[in-house]
This record gives sequence, structure tokens and C-alpha cells, in this order.
Amino acid sequence: MTDADVLKQVNEIFIDVLDNESIVLKRETVAKDVEEWDSLTHIQLIVTVEKHFKIKFTAAEILKFRDVGHFCDEIIRKLGAS
Amino acid sequence: MKSFNELKKNIKKDRSHLKTVKIAILGDSAIQLLVQAIKGYGHDIGYNFDIWEADYDQIDRLVLDTSSEFYQFNPEFVVIFHSSHKLLSKFYRLDNDGKSVFARRHIEHVATLYQTITDKLAGKVVLLNYPEINDSIFGNYANKTDLSFVYQLRSINVELMNLARKFSGLFIVDLCLQQGHCGAGFMTDRKVFINTDILFSMDFLPLAAKNIVDVVISVMGNLKKCIILDLDNTVWGGVIGDDGIENIQIGDLGIGKAFTEFQWWLKQLKQRGIILAVCSKNDENIAREPFAKHPDMVLKIEDISIFVANWENKAVNIKYIQGILNIGFDSMVFLDDSPFERNMVRTCIPEIAVPELPEDPAEYLPFLRSLNLFETASFTPEDGQRTEQYQQEAKRAFILEQSTNEDDFLGALGMICEVQAFDKFNTPRVAQLTQRSNQFNLRTVRYTDEDIRRLAERPDVLTFAFSLLDRFGSYGLISAVVLEKRSKVLFIDTWIMSCRVLKRGMEMFVLNTLVRAARRAGCTEIRGEYLPTLKNGMVKDHYKNLGFRLEPGKDNFWCLMVNDYQDNRTYIALKEQGA
Repeated sequence: MTDADVLKQVNEIFIDVLDNESIVLKRETVAKDVEEWDSLTHIQLIVTVEKHFKIKFTAAEILKFRDVGHFCDEIIRKLGAS
Repeated sequence: MKSFNELKKNIKKDRSHLKTVKIAILGDSAIQLLVQAIKGYGHDIGYNFDIWEADYDQIDRLVLDTSSEFYQFNPEFVVIFHSSHKLLSKFYRLDNDGKSVFARRHIEHVATLYQTITDKLAGKVVLLNYPEINDSIFGNYANKTDLSFVYQLRSINVELMNLARKFSGLFIVDLCLQQGHCGAGFMTDRKVFINTDILFSMDFLPLAAKNIVDVVISVMGNLKKCIILDLDNTVWGGVIGDDGIENIQIGDLGIGKAFTEFQWWLKQLKQRGIILAVCSKNDENIAREPFAKHPDMVLKIEDISIFVANWENKAVNIKYIQGILNIGFDSMVFLDDSPFERNMVRTCIPEIAVPELPEDPAEYLPFLRSLNLFETASFTPEDGQRTEQYQQEAKRAFILEQSTNEDDFLGALGMICEVQAFDKFNTPRVAQLTQRSNQFNLRTVRYTDEDIRRLAERPDVLTFAFSLLDRFGSYGLISAVVLEKRSKVLFIDTWIMSCRVLKRGMEMFVLNTLVRAARRAGCTEIRGEYLPTLKNGMVKDHYKNLGFRLEPGKDNFWCLMVNDYQDNRTYIALKEQGA
């Protein structure tokens, strides 16, 4: 799976979970750029990403993503490790 | 079951046309997502839950300070969600003396919360019980010492049941059973819990919401009352018409065991008061044969209220059954192994519940249990007699067919009615009638046992419970009226009647009784109100038909002058007190 594939799939998850068709994620997107991406929806996004990619994050990891790019890198790292 | 995300999307939809229910939810963990799940689930089952969400971990302050914003919201339901985790952390801070009385203290605390709430609010209290945490401090020895958390937590769950038996406005949501079913790992996502104090995983949230809502709507009278059963491959294995009585599968062998277990379950439901009816595509005599002759059949013909076996379309037959039972389609469950029949019935009668039975009959029972279809808010021993009552009803229907006119029929029944004020013996049944009656119910006020007791004690309130019998048997307590005395006026707060006694002249008999009571109380006027709901259209003209006059300028208020009233003729004799 390429970086672009992962970003695309993460984008679809954001659209579904936040119920907003207009979301376009970039690597540098951060929470405050996306309406309704708050601490509660963050948890939902994490859990949905986990299910989708069949990976698991630790309690510490889910709080330290700097931006979407970092988030995607972590997904790819976990996919590689599994 | 829909996912949390799907439920959440419902929240944006318009719910304003749905029935609104005000619920306050108080928790000692983060409950925002639970609130979203409940709102979203409500939309799917036709309710607009107007939820007041307490701030994080403020249960005691909000409840014990009776001037708090919680009371200003004036909820119909108060959901209290203490978590086992918070109990555990309190427990660990105690010394041995404190630990040994932990359950007792907590139960006392819950009782205080309940009483404080119900002193101030008319709403019901719904409490989630406590999923067990095996903290592995004592291992299995935890069962042998009252200083273990396992021991104290189990005691709390048992004592909560006793508390709920004592307080009729207290209802328990059995979260503990849910955890037993789906597992602690499924119920809580540890990383989410550690980071956010959200106790329920995304996967469990819909189940938690459903369970809470199941209790709420059952208290509001949304109940299943009847199961309509297919026969072949549903209550026994095989096809009776092709295989013959000796070859159908039932009993201890092979797949027969699945059907036997399933029949035992149905029989228990019948004893609890769920009506069983049969709707089968068969010749009637062939369909009845196993009930009469097969030694392994658990269900007997006496367990079935209405038996319909013919080659008609099942939707037509179900409408016929509904006509005799006189209950809403939405209180019926149709069980059939055939996807074709299920779809046909679902299409023709959308209100009826049609569970998608698994292909394997061995899975019928666990699947149906998991749906929690038969939630109830009350139980009285009378419930178990319901089947007999409907069978008597079928005999009356036969007499009616033989009678040349209605007067002959009513005269032939030989009806006798007993009238009593609410007392400790009839309180549970009266409360239940207020909760279950949807159609013949003028104002649809729901009362618990405790509410009924309070009404009975009020000097300004007159209460009437009517029990009817005829030569075929007893109908039991079938009607209740609550009158509120407002100087010279008696206001009808509640007038309800079981639909089983429609067209018996019962409402005329009741009115005769009310007028006599009004005269005794020195009142000149009886005033009634009709509050329309989706289901009580049948009594829209109730007061008009009984000779009440519409009050000028008011839509649904009706008035009867006591002096002008002449007793209506009925075929119901009054049973003398003490006779």
C-alpha cells in the first residue's frame, strides 16, 4: 500500500465518521483545520482506522499524532510490522 | 444492530415529529458518546430523546442539591450510571472495616439518591448495575472473604435487585449480564478508557444504548404482548403434513433437542403472560395432531390462545388473530423459519416485529434471547392467566355468532362487576393497566405501584378498580378510573379499560358508578379530557358518546352535569361488597 493509498483511505474514514463529504486531508492537515475533529471524534477516528487497517494503537500513541501525515506514517509502519 | 457511527448520523436528522421523552443522564465516567448513541437509537425506533447530560462525575452534587439544574430540567427518566471502575478505586482506599461494609454503604447511598430524586420529581430512575471486575487480588478465594472487591460488587448487584423490588420507580439495566454475554474486552476499549474515561467501546455503545432504551420504553408501555408461531421447522423439525407425526423432530435426540428447548422457552413466556398464537400453512387437524398426541411436545393446545391453520395468506391470518386479541400489531412478534413468509408479513404489516431467524434451529434460542424482545415494566400473577382469558374470549365469540342480536348476547353472558377503590391487593394490576393500555386510555398517564399508592392516600382523589366476570370466567381487573376532586367538579385524571371488554357496555356501567360517586361527594359536574396519542383514536368520541358536552372554546375538554344524568342501561350486575 502506498502513502497515497493510505491517505486516501484515511480521508474516506474522516468523511464517514465526521459525516462531512467536503473533507480533503493533506499530510500537513491538523485537528483545528477540520470542523468537528475534536477529542471525542478523534477517538472514533482512531478506532475506525484500527478496524479498517486491522492494526492496534497503544494508549500513548493515540495522543501524539502531530498531523495527518504523521498519523499515516504510523499506520504504514504498523502495516509493515504486522 | 447498527454501528455507533450509523447511530450518530441519525442525530442530524429531524426528530421533532417523533414522541419526545425527557431523559437526564448522570455518570461518573465520560458519557457524551453514550448520549449520542441513545439519541441516534431513539430515532430508529420512533422516539425523540431530549437528553440532559450531566457534567462529568457530578452525580451526588446534582442529585442531593435539589436546586440544581438537573431538577430544573424535570426529566421523565433519570439514568444513573456509576461505573465499577470508580467503585473499585473507592474500595481500594478503604481499610478492612470499610471494605466489609462497602456494599451496604453503597446501597444506602443509592437508596438516598433514589428517594431524593423521587421526592422532588415524578420521573422514574433507571440505574445501570455493575459489570464484575476480577481484580485478582484474592484469586478464587475472593468468593470466601467479604474483604474482596468481587464479593462486595456481587453483593451490590444482588442488593440492587432487592432495592428495585422495594422501590417501584427504580429500574435496573443489567449491564452485568451484557458483559457476561460479550466479554469485558469487548465492552471496554482500554486505550480509550485510559485516555478519555469513556468506559464503553465503540462496538458496545449501541448495545448499551439499546438496553437503556429497552427499559425506558417498556416503562412507557411499549411492550410485546404476543408471539405468533409458525409450526413446521419453527416449533418442531420437519413438515408435519409430509413427514407425519412419528417423523417430526422434537425430543431429546439430535436437532429435536433444539426445538424442545425452544418450546420450553415459549412456555415460560406464556406463563409470564405473553400470548402464544399459531399461524400455520396446514390442514388444521394435521397441525393440531402433534399438540394432542406427540409425547415430546412441550407446548400443549391449552398453551395456545388462538390456533389458525389453513392455506390462506399469513398476513390475512395475522390480521384475523389481531382482531380477536385486540392489541396493536406493534406488540406482536412473528416467528417463522421461512424467509418468504417473513418478508411477506413484514411488507403487509410493517409494525409487527419479525426477527430474522438464523438458518440453524440450534441458533434460534440464543438469537431470540439476545434481542431482548420481552422487556416488561411490571409483572403480576394475573399475567399468567392471560391465555385462559383469550380462550374464554374465543368461546364468547362463538356465543356472539349464535346470538340474533347484541342484547341477547350481552344478556346471555351474565356479567357481574366488582367495584373497589385502589388498595394494596389491586395496586400492582392497576399500575400495570396504566402502563399497558394504549388504546382505551383517555389521557395515557402512566403510574407505578408507588404512584398508585400515593393516589389512593390522597383525600381529594377518588379511585375505582373494576373487575368483571361472566359465565365463561373472570376477565380480571379490566378498568380503572382516577377522579380528582376540584371543589364541585370531579376531573377524570385517568380512565382506562382493557380492550378485551369492549362492546360489553362496560363504559356505561363505569359512568353510572362515577355519577353515583359524584353525587355522594356533593359534586355537580364531571369533567373529562381526551389527550390524543397515536394509539388512542378509538376513544376520541368517548365522552361525546356518553353524553358529555364539549366545553365551549376548548378542543378536548368534556363536561357532564350530574343532575341531568340518568343511569345508562347495561347488562352488568354490580357485585355487592362482601358478597
